[in-house]
Amino acid sequence: MSDIIQKVKNLSIGFKSKKGEEILILKNISTKIKKGETVGIVGESGSGKSTLALAMMGYVKHGLYTIGGECEFNSSNLLNMKSKDLEKIRGRKIAMIPQNAGQALTPNLKIGYQIDEALQLHSDLSEKEREKKISELLNKVRLPSPETIALRYPHELSGGQQQRVAVAMALAGTPDLLLLDEPTTGLDVTTQAHVLELLNFIAKDTGTSMVYVSHDLGAIAQVSDRIIVMYSGEIVLEGPSRDILKRPIHPYTHGLLKSIPKLSLAGLPESMPGSQPQPGIIQSGCSFFDRCNFSEDKCKNTSPQLEFLKELNTSVRCFNYEKLLNESQVNQNVNKIKNNSNDKEILNLSEVSISYAKQKLLDQIFNRISDDNPTVQDININIKKGETIALVGESGSGKSTILKSIAGLLKTKDGLIRFDENRNLSSDLKERNPNDLRIIQLIFQNPDESLNPNHTVEEIIAQPLKLYFGLKGEELNKNIIDLLQKVRLGEFYMSRYPRQLSGGEKQRVAVARAFAAKPDIILCDEVTSALDVSVQAAVLNLLQQLKEDFGTTYIFVSHDLAVVRAISDRVAVLYQGRLCEVGPSNDVYKFPSHPYTEVLLGAVLEPDPDIKPKLVAEDIVEEKPPEKGCSFQGRCSRIVGDICKKDIPPWQLTDSGNAIRCHIPIKELQKEQL
Amino acid sequence: MKINSIYKEEKKSAFQKVSEVIITMASRPSGFIGLSILVFHIILAFVSPYIAPYDFKAINPTLMLQAPSAEYWFGTDDLGRDVFTRTILGGRTALTITFFGSLIALLWGGLLGIFCGLVGGKIDDIVMRIVDAFLSIPWILAMLLIVSLLGTSTEVLIPALGFFYGKGIVRVARAATHDVIAKDFIVSARARGHSNFSIIWNEIIPNVRDAILVEGAMRWSWMLLGFSSLSFLGFGVSPPTPDWGLMISNARGLMSFAYWAVIAPIVGLSSLIIGINLTADAFAKALGIDRSTKAPV
Repeated sequence: MSDIIQKVKNLSIGFKSKKGEEILILKNISTKIKKGETVGIVGESGSGKSTLALAMMGYVKHGLYTIGGECEFNSSNLLNMKSKDLEKIRGRKIAMIPQNAGQALTPNLKIGYQIDEALQLHSDLSEKEREKKISELLNKVRLPSPETIALRYPHELSGGQQQRVAVAMALAGTPDLLLLDEPTTGLDVTTQAHVLELLNFIAKDTGTSMVYVSHDLGAIAQVSDRIIVMYSGEIVLEGPSRDILKRPIHPYTHGLLKSIPKLSLAGLPESMPGSQPQPGIIQSGCSFFDRCNFSEDKCKNTSPQLEFLKELNTSVRCFNYEKLLNESQVNQNVNKIKNNSNDKEILNLSEVSISYAKQKLLDQIFNRISDDNPTVQDININIKKGETIALVGESGSGKSTILKSIAGLLKTKDGLIRFDENRNLSSDLKERNPNDLRIIQLIFQNPDESLNPNHTVEEIIAQPLKLYFGLKGEELNKNIIDLLQKVRLGEFYMSRYPRQLSGGEKQRVAVARAFAAKPDIILCDEVTSALDVSVQAAVLNLLQQLKEDFGTTYIFVSHDLAVVRAISDRVAVLYQGRLCEVGPSNDVYKFPSHPYTEVLLGAVLEPDPDIKPKLVAEDIVEEKPPEKGCSFQGRCSRIVGDICKKDIPPWQLTDSGNAIRCHIPIKELQKEQL
Repeated sequence: MKINSIYKEEKKSAFQKVSEVIITMASRPSGFIGLSILVFHIILAFVSPYIAPYDFKAINPTLMLQAPSAEYWFGTDDLGRDVFTRTILGGRTALTITFFGSLIALLWGGLLGIFCGLVGGKIDDIVMRIVDAFLSIPWILAMLLIVSLLGTSTEVLIPALGFFYGKGIVRVARAATHDVIAKDFIVSARARGHSNFSIIWNEIIPNVRDAILVEGAMRWSWMLLGFSSLSFLGFGVSPPTPDWGLMISNARGLMSFAYWAVIAPIVGLSSLIIGINLTADAFAKALGIDRSTKAPV
């Protein structure tokens, strides 16, 4: 068949452990990629999806080796080809777009030069033609004024623009197959939506086949015609995109779709128990057995084979897929979160502004900060006891900066942070007493970085207990076990090191450490974004449970609007360090009134082929907040006039208690929505 | 369900950890050779006073410059002393002085480097510029100055060598600290309100320890060479104590006709340095630090 461009046959890739055991990363994978088709490969970290994509261009990562099988491209096996022959195929026939374009582009060469290099390698055009082609390529990826972009260095471009340049470079060789490894993962929501839309356009325009690797079902849903779901190095489900997202007939995919928070549903989704087995753990039977809700005794001992169902055009690796066939839709059950906040104010930020500007000598002497246009300005938030307030915005919106100041890690320029209605907290760590430090605890984004790799779980959790309560011996031990049980970890975890835990377990330990201090407020900085989707829901549920048990207040920072929707009572939307909208999350999500909120919500990707992102505003990135007027003036599609550029918009209150900062009258803002 | 042992490791005692590192080191040929040479030298340094066949300071004019024979394995020197006896005794002083010297270097260099890396700012700037200034002084001139002012006793040599070889460790320790300082677990400890001392002791040292130890092991071999150079110049060990540097210096004029008097101490010195070097490299590899990509500062 000529319309098949890449054929993977019985591919197994693995490595040798220190003890000489063969450990498989990919287990007997077979699949085909047709001409002009976009295939999404989805799976958790460690499922082997990147290894499979790399093998498709004949590359096996250092330390891994091919155990068996082949990757056939144009009827020649890439995996035993000489590197000279591979050079002719890579870039020219198969191109790759990496996850982080900022790192993939050479920092000291101009964009134009780098694309030219790719053209020289992969085409026979003359210099004049190449020049024209560069403009053409940059135009194709919709970069504004290609001539000037070509003369810039990579660091002068934003993340989204860098990713576009990477796409342009990949297209330079007019490849038949494009491999994309998490190409939008590091980007902001709005940028991500734009890049995906561009990729869709290119796929249609050039007829290139694409293999899109991602952990994000939302992104996959927007681009792919067919989806391959991987689990523990195996294909567990493969079929047309729509069928898989609407009627997943493998329990893993089914559970996964159930556990992803959605914009349309407030409340926490059901979580999937357990985590993916690490490579090298040899199980008899199905690899998903431990986490499966549909398993039988048979699944424990015999591993199911990938079965092709002709009528559905789908392959599935499960004995019991028929049970799922009858369930027509994924019925997502959510646990509505209880809002147990009372009216007592616990933290109040008034007129807070924070500046990163370098202080001048005179200011240093007088110990003051002078900056007319600080990074974060005019933050007034009133946080009630027991509520979860979320700060949302794109990167650079100042949400983490505000958290740092609350934690005392970053000095504010102006403004007051008041705890419990009467106690002023200094933003300088040194001026806080131990009790002030105890009441506010942080949970970080990446548990790999927030847990000391050389400490055992016991030592990690013991730290706050020793520091704040001076616990010792038996009592300390008892408290640690108690905390571990609260985060659903067993006592035997005490002697483990972070590297021996899975991502979700690590984050649980970090949660336990935060709760060890018996804090009143916990600052959660993107706590779920480093976790796998199937684990994310479990951690969110745990946080909610702990909050209900202890009456803790959460300040939750996230760029993932669906997660925020699931867990928060109130939302504050930030742009360029200025508040745009503050209100109850139901209200903000139902009627996104501020133009920026509208843009943000419109760009959210849902794992549903029927819900397309709305691209309202451009995805340009502003580096500095405007000096005068509304912070969102640079990107707003609904500018009223000069007033937006001159005056800071006033706060307007809606009936439901939603505060919006915009010059457009509330009634008009809401009308647009309906 | 059968679980492979690789992901199942329980907490190990310090002894288990050390023995595991040593086993890993010895599993590579270069590490094995290095370790054997080093262990051989250390054992020799301990037992040599008991096994030496002759008195190291017994001068015998009738036996001047004898070629190696069954009686005098490595021959005799220009004063008729047995070269074998003096060679096996010759490493003791050097090994002891440099061992303690490098311990001192490790201690002050490591702690100062970590401290500078942690506090940063002005203090870091000032201390590092002073360290740079010291780095620019040729160490041998400075050592000569110290030794001629204060004498060549062990109490002078150990701290002086320790000081001069610790400067480089400051840089390494500071760089290693910078690698971990930005990590969230340090931020987290700060936000909890731990003292600087507690942060250094609990959070930083466990993470930079390996890098500093490897650097210290490397410094040891350099210091050994430096110390022997001092002896060679006559500023190290005073005669008649046997010492390789001194022996090479004494016999170098006779090299053309009594090569044995020079060869034996040279072999002793260079084998020890090679041994320490190979061991330090294997140590680094066993700990997962690649020295080949990081040039010593």
